[in-house]
Amino acid sequence: MADHALNRPIPLPGHSPRAVAHRRHAGRGIALTLPIALLTLVPLLVVLASFLSPQPAVWTHLAHYVLPDVLRNTALLIGGVGCGVLLLGVSLAWLTAMCEFPGRRFFAWALMLPLAMPAYVLAFVMVGLLDFTGPVQTWLRAAFGGSGWFPPIRSSGGVVLVLSLAFYPYVYLLARNAFATQGRRALEAAQMLGVSRRKAFWRVAIPMARPWIVGGLTLALMETLADFGAVSVFNFDTFTTAIYKAWFALFNLPAASQLASLLVLFVLALAVIEQRVRGERLYHARAGGGERIALRGSARWGAVAWCTLVLLVAFVIPMIQLGHWVAQVWADDFDARYPAFIGRSVLLAALAALLVMALALALAYARRRYRDAGTRWLVRLATLGYAVPGTVLAVGVFIPIAWLDNLLLAALQPLGFDGFQVLKGTVAVMLLALAARFLAVGFQPVDSAMQRITRNQEEAARSLGLRSRQVVARLHLPLLRGGLLTALLMVFVDVMKEMPITLMTRAFGWDTLAVRVFEMTSEGMWDRAALPALFIVLAGLLPVMLLTRHGAPE
Amino acid sequence: MLHLNDITLRYGDKTVVEHLSLSLEPGQIGCLLGASGCGKTTVLRAIAGFETVRDGAIVLDGATIADAQRSVAPELRHIGMVFQDYALFPHLDVAGNVAFGLGALDRAARRARVDELLALVGLAGQGGRYPHELSGGQQQRVALARALAPSPRLLLLDEPFSNLDVALRERLAQEVRAILKAAGTTAILVTHDQHEAFAVADVVGVMADGHIRQWATPYRLYHEPADRFVADFIGEGAFLPGRFVGPQCIEIELGEICRTVPFAGQPGDTADVLIRPDDIQHDDASPTRARVLTKAFRGAEFLYTLELPSGARVLSLVPSHHDHAIGEAIGIRAEIDHLIAFARGE
Repeated sequence: MADHALNRPIPLPGHSPRAVAHRRHAGRGIALTLPIALLTLVPLLVVLASFLSPQPAVWTHLAHYVLPDVLRNTALLIGGVGCGVLLLGVSLAWLTAMCEFPGRRFFAWALMLPLAMPAYVLAFVMVGLLDFTGPVQTWLRAAFGGSGWFPPIRSSGGVVLVLSLAFYPYVYLLARNAFATQGRRALEAAQMLGVSRRKAFWRVAIPMARPWIVGGLTLALMETLADFGAVSVFNFDTFTTAIYKAWFALFNLPAASQLASLLVLFVLALAVIEQRVRGERLYHARAGGGERIALRGSARWGAVAWCTLVLLVAFVIPMIQLGHWVAQVWADDFDARYPAFIGRSVLLAALAALLVMALALALAYARRRYRDAGTRWLVRLATLGYAVPGTVLAVGVFIPIAWLDNLLLAALQPLGFDGFQVLKGTVAVMLLALAARFLAVGFQPVDSAMQRITRNQEEAARSLGLRSRQVVARLHLPLLRGGLLTALLMVFVDVMKEMPITLMTRAFGWDTLAVRVFEMTSEGMWDRAALPALFIVLAGLLPVMLLTRHGAPE
Repeated sequence: MLHLNDITLRYGDKTVVEHLSLSLEPGQIGCLLGASGCGKTTVLRAIAGFETVRDGAIVLDGATIADAQRSVAPELRHIGMVFQDYALFPHLDVAGNVAFGLGALDRAARRARVDELLALVGLAGQGGRYPHELSGGQQQRVALARALAPSPRLLLLDEPFSNLDVALRERLAQEVRAILKAAGTTAILVTHDQHEAFAVADVVGVMADGHIRQWATPYRLYHEPADRFVADFIGEGAFLPGRFVGPQCIEIELGEICRTVPFAGQPGDTADVLIRPDDIQHDDASPTRARVLTKAFRGAEFLYTLELPSGARVLSLVPSHHDHAIGEAIGIRAEIDHLIAFARGE
């Protein structure tokens, strides 16, 4: 119905009385979203500003001693991890979505388990396992008298392998979704037109799934650029570690922020690609659901072997090794400090999750209520933080806070205040940076729950006598409950796993589980890092369970 | 009871409805019937309070609820609405949905009212089920019960049957009419389906381009259409050329026919006469012969398209035991109780 088309939730721009009404309220939408967007925009602009005002002395130093290695390593990571996650993610997605082989249903969810393991945990477990003194090489020497031929794990290849294993689930999840929705009909149509099944895979299935695959790839590369913990374990210098060293080893904050500004340019380019391919994801009607290609003979067992291998290397073996180490050190290591580590991790994660949930609710509500362009753009900018590495946000939050602190100190000292910092090192500052980083994680489930509420439902409630505030309480909140809880859980676990922001903005000695992992791994004590790591992995399993229960999510 | 006085509705610069007026008596069921985009849903939403009235006024129970200056908020109008997609609340069970608008009542009264409504719509004892567990027809009844529960002064139904399959649609349309009549509710239905309009409404307004072309009972719309548009839009039929031969009579190929009310046209003027399929009787004895062009089997009847000797065509509804072959000439007789003619160029 055309007259219904006029009533769709998205009105023709400026052509309905409703749009006029919204224009009247436009200021309110911006007033609600701008403060939230500033949470991301201020750190980003602070960091970018340092790119626009380069300091020659700093740059000469960086260009001489830091950038050559960092740039080479970053290029290597982007190329290597990009290929790695594509190979792992697409092949596993194709097998579990489109083929039939023994254990397919098990592998379909089990292959998401590596999501629970932060890259830095996988990194130190792999190094501990495969290093010269690790159990594998020790066994090889005992059995064959030598292990010199064994490739060194502390190498570019090792980093690429570990990060590919840690981040392939992004590609896997999205590609599997694409394959499962496109169904077999398109392939069959291609075969009827004389294309072999193998060719049809490359000419039909992959191009149809391209927006999803590219989306997963850009997310995996964002995580790669943002990774701090794993590359630290390998002493593999990238932007994130260079930023950390410039700040905490050389105490050169300007150098840190110059590096951060360069890194931001890289991730913003990725973010633009990611946002663009999102728009290309048109949902195909699910055709012929459930029919799969039954694999036979060697292909059948090859599929089982490939899935098993990835699952073993990316999750099962690391878990066993973690458990083994924990069993060894438990008695000595689990002491009075642990309740404090856990308490701080949980406190921080819970506060951040609540904060993000509240902000996400405000953003989702603003986006629905006020449809002007200003509000829409501010919502997009506010949720850009997922692309910005934690090290960059830490620098971007610290600089304005330090400036504010100096102002406050100047004002307070005459009044007898004798501290040297007011805001610096408080939990509030950490929360600001964490909220900026994980706002998109919380916004996504809340917003999609909000989208499911139809305008007719709102109008039905109003025609039954409810004021708009009552509509929020009796219709919106109950219907959003699932989305809000998902947001809470996802953010909680992400903050538990988060390392660089906590490390760089915490007060001295305010250690969490993730910080403990960093301190133990930076001294090469893998077995003692295993205990806090195990807590983090166990917490990380919660959202994976949630993901599997809801099938294949976006 | 309800009066729309000369209302105009716009989206931005685009006028959707212009100078539209209509009135409903208490307890009457009205219907706005029209094709997509004719503005009928916009009128309904303006009555509900979701669209702004640019000119004119909406008066309910003697009080103006909307005009160009003021607009009573939707929640204060006491007008119920049944939406095309039902818009049930998925987090509440059936009883919760029906009780949603009963905030003013205490718990016992609310429960009694819910039970009363569920019984009225034939869902007694189903209060504990959730919307996703119900069939489309059941969801429709819940939506109706929910809208009726607060005893609205007026009930609006926006294409309420369009999401149902055809068989269910007809049955529910009659049921809804019975329920509304039992509750004594004044209501307005919006639809594009004339069978639905005829099954539910006491009075129907045929809408086109934001105007009501005729506001009348279904019987009169069919037999006494006010203009060519309504004649074309409602029911089936054909126009035969004719000539006025007196103030009350007109001559067509099938003979001279008269009516009691005089025509506006002058004798000698040419005109088009509306011939409904039920105006043409099959009569083997009749000297007037027409050739069968096409035929459509409708169970009890055939709908024949017939060609007159002049080449003009008419439709005829014939009991289906008269099975004639295409090309065969059959005897027909015009039996026109409602003579409708439009002067040429009108």
